[in-house]
Amino acid sequence: MIEIENLDVRYGRTHVVRNVSLSVGAGESFALVGESGSGKSTILKALAGQAPSWTGRLALAGEPIEHRRTPSLARRVQMVFQDPYGSLHPRRTVDDTLAEPLSIHGIGERDRRVLAMLDAVGLAARFRFRLPHQLSGGQRQRVAIARALMLEPPILLLDEPTSALDVSVQAEILNLLKTLRAERRLTYLLVTHDLPVAAFLCDRLAVLRAGEIVETAPIADLRAHQLRSAYGRELVSLSLGGSSRGHASP
Amino acid sequence: MRGQRTASVRTWLLHESPATRAQARLGQAYRVTRALARNPLAMVGLVIVVGLVVVAAAAPWLAPYSPIAGDLANRLAPPSGAHWLGTDELGRDILSRIIHGARITLLIVVLVAAISAPLGLLVGTVSGYFGGAVDRVLMGLTDVFLSMPRLILALAFVAALGPGIENAVIAIAITAWPVYARIARAETLTFRRADFIAAIRMQGASHTRIVFRHVLPLCLSSTIVRATLDMAGIILTAAGLGFLGLGAQPPLPEWGAMISRGRAFILDQWWVATMPGFAIVIVSLGFCLLGDGLRDVLDPRRGTKT
Amino acid sequence: MSALIEVENLRVRFPGDHGPTDVVRGISFSLGRERLGIVGESGSGKSMTGRALMGLVPAPGRAIADRMVFDGIDLARLDERGFRRLRGARLSMVLQDPKFSLNPVIRIGEQIGEALAFHSRASRRERRRRVLDVLAAVRIDDPERVYRLFPHEVSGGMGQRVMIAMMVVLEPDVMIADEPTSALDVSVRAQVLEIMDDLVRRRGMGLVLISHDLEMVARWCDRVLVMYDGRIVEECAAGRLAEATHPYTKGLLASTPHLDDARELLPVLDRGALGASR
Repeated sequence: MIEIENLDVRYGRTHVVRNVSLSVGAGESFALVGESGSGKSTILKALAGQAPSWTGRLALAGEPIEHRRTPSLARRVQMVFQDPYGSLHPRRTVDDTLAEPLSIHGIGERDRRVLAMLDAVGLAARFRFRLPHQLSGGQRQRVAIARALMLEPPILLLDEPTSALDVSVQAEILNLLKTLRAERRLTYLLVTHDLPVAAFLCDRLAVLRAGEIVETAPIADLRAHQLRSAYGRELVSLSLGGSSRGHASP
Repeated sequence: MRGQRTASVRTWLLHESPATRAQARLGQAYRVTRALARNPLAMVGLVIVVGLVVVAAAAPWLAPYSPIAGDLANRLAPPSGAHWLGTDELGRDILSRIIHGARITLLIVVLVAAISAPLGLLVGTVSGYFGGAVDRVLMGLTDVFLSMPRLILALAFVAALGPGIENAVIAIAITAWPVYARIARAETLTFRRADFIAAIRMQGASHTRIVFRHVLPLCLSSTIVRATLDMAGIILTAAGLGFLGLGAQPPLPEWGAMISRGRAFILDQWWVATMPGFAIVIVSLGFCLLGDGLRDVLDPRRGTKT
Repeated sequence: MSALIEVENLRVRFPGDHGPTDVVRGISFSLGRERLGIVGESGSGKSMTGRALMGLVPAPGRAIADRMVFDGIDLARLDERGFRRLRGARLSMVLQDPKFSLNPVIRIGEQIGEALAFHSRASRRERRRRVLDVLAAVRIDDPERVYRLFPHEVSGGMGQRVMIAMMVVLEPDVMIADEPTSALDVSVRAQVLEIMDDLVRRRGMGLVLISHDLEMVARWCDRVLVMYDGRIVEECAAGRLAEATHPYTKGLLASTPHLDDARELLPVLDRGALGASR
């Protein structure tokens, strides 16, 4: 479903992503894990058509991605952003936000579709005409997920979708993402620094460091603390609360 | 009974979860109005501006005398019961001339705002949204206009096009738009990289759609605020052009031109120049107060919590 | 153990459209020379509690307390000038993001030295020496170099260490750290916390660690207060969090995903049952 071959991204002279290749099957959920500056978000941006210049080959749902955005890309892939406060237009109601993609693509039955989608992401119909500032962080993220699903794309890119949320709200959103994936047979590409989130939501993961894939492993290995690379093991030990020294790579 | 109904309308407007689009929009408008109504200075400004509009609309009925026909026998009469604000050098009633002059002032202000604000808004948002070469060209152009003193540039235009209200309006509009372009661009830059713009782009929206439906509305409120605050400057520029004999031509009762004519008698017949001066000051102040109030209510930086 | 800070019935009140709202609703606690964690989610009032102690509740909010005493000084009746003399010198605060807390156009060494110049009469050379010492104390390898850098020239973790250096240069009695690591990468988090921990222990300071992260607080503190909806709902020794009794604490613990848990769905807090006022 998602094919990345020899992806290289440079911003000016900095080499942000170096020769990354990976492939995610249909219905699979894949995590890109790493710290800030590892290039994990840049890979997502390239897939979303938001990175200015990259080399290599990218394909989504069997079709290669051009450097320019095409309307058909919108129906193949959508994205959920990290910050629920910055990802919704501050002056548009939930209804405006959800109906906009339908209007862009000339899809009818907007009222029915908007209401059905609100229901699918667990928002009551009374939230339909609210503005973002009248919603909580978790509700906003539900709206953002609904917006991403309006065009019924098979692939969702998730950029740290819960890291700006409270723990109890994170649980709700993670559950929602998991349920939606099962119901709609979605393919997820999740970017996160939070290993437990990856473990909860994904089937496989790639550990990134300084723009390169250090290791690709099934989630079972992560759960069993059996990552092969030294860096992967260090991340696991940090996540388990170990100190930065002592557990570090030998 | 009536109180009950108003109360229920209020609850309907302020409802946290409106049932229809219309209710949501009306509710927003009501919140803004309510916030504005709580600001006494803004209300003073609003009263003055509404007063100007009413006076301009009803000028022929409000004015006690003709603004143009004079009574030469009664020239330069001081304020009295018959002529509240006195008469000018041709014996025309100054109050009537000021009342009719409100029409000209309002016309100039509205026309200038209607030309320059949309133009500046469009240039600014396009420039800020696209960035790069588009930005450099458009902002270069804006800077050229911005760097010239407004009155001088307006003078040059009127000198080239010939005196008259229409040309004064065009001249002022040409000098007024760069400010809006700058503001709109600055504002656009703050959110052009925001996730909600990235999101709408990912949904396949065209650049035109993004600029008009998503970027422009966000810059609108600061432009409205700025335009209202600018009204005072526009009135003063128009009056300045009138004063220099390059705006409205006699016998039109334009306030600036009236001051100019009254200048000759300023020491002995002070009211001839002073009365239109008061009118300019009051109306300018009204726009300033209203603009300040609107900024407090609308400015997105201060949050939309109401 | 004598208490450094004693708080009784603290409220932080904001005026609103429908009358005043209390963000903190009458909490009492004390702090000794220990590490106290305050945990809660956004809107729980944990940050306002920290700000109230520093006299930094943003207007139009107000902190009201029956008793709020720091080392014999009545904070509840202290004016802004009195607070200014305490802040930095005896009470200090580390904020979430170093990027917003450091002045971008002043060199790091000079920024740290400024606090010294304001609160002490140390000579210029003496100030410089103390700044270099404190930079070394927060484990900056090359203090001379960092002294001359501007804030944008250092990484997030380094920036946070600089912040901590700035906070401890005057050797305060109490350090209040509000989400000091949430803007940092995991590998840097542990380092920053270790440095804070080390300083607190060595200098015998009191630490208030405010965070949303229950596990982090449990790991780095002696005692934990759990706040919900402006109230303290649970207080326990950090090691005994697993035995927490309040449904909110339990719910919070349960809803956190773990590396090795195989739960299909995470349990979700039942806010209705918790009786939130909002």
